[in-house]
Amino acid sequence: MIRRRALLFVPAAACLAARAEATPADVADAIGAVVGDAPLKDGLIHIDMPVMVENGNAVSITLTVQDPPVPVAEIHVFAEGNPLPRVAVFRFGPRAAAPRVATRMRLATSQTVVAIAKLRDGTCWRDRIDLLVTLAACVE
Amino acid sequence: MVRVLINLPKQIHADVPFEVKLLISHPMESGYRRDAMGQRIPRDIIQRLVCAIDGETVLDAALFPAIAANPFFAFTAVAAKSGTLTLTLTGDNGLNQTETAAITVT
Repeated sequence: MIRRRALLFVPAAACLAARAEATPADVADAIGAVVGDAPLKDGLIHIDMPVMVENGNAVSITLTVQDPPVPVAEIHVFAEGNPLPRVAVFRFGPRAAAPRVATRMRLATSQTVVAIAKLRDGTCWRDRIDLLVTLAACVE
Repeated sequence: MVRVLINLPKQIHADVPFEVKLLISHPMESGYRRDAMGQRIPRDIIQRLVCAIDGETVLDAALFPAIAANPFFAFTAVAAKSGTLTLTLTGDNGLNQTETAAITVT
């Protein structure tokens, strides 16, 4: 009887182990690898996401760089509360009309999402948004 | 095989930005989920998506497991003349697929 009871906790433990999260320090490292020694300023790039998220399995995110002084080379997206800090990297080519992209992402918990826009001249711009997630992704 | 929907506007004018919308039927299995037996489900994601018009890149995206299942992308492109839009997907389990759509500039 006792041994059967013990088995009940095995799935619960497995579930907890699966919820390894990236820490803000991991995200800072990942951002550091992208930005390097270049100056990093807030602004220019804008993250458009719902602040209250009902379902973390698919959350729409729109990244826009408004009137960049030089063309945008790439946009990096990071999530501080997901198992992996990186979400996506978008590189814009010569046929892109505007530095804007929309997609849907997962959110494992309430957290901060950070976007970095790297321009062709090497300067980096940042935006961040704090989100509240009701139903989390990746935990079932 | 991955099912891909490429949505382009009905009318595209030369040098006028238009929106490209992609809907890809793919599980984007994150590799962090476990099945009923507690076994980790292996990762199966699209790692890279390249969209180009006549060989010139529009968007080159590196994707990670945080992209939702059945990924959706919307972005803008310009074309000076009619041509072909190609979409190349590469990823886990040997995924390497190219889809094309015709661009007719009026």
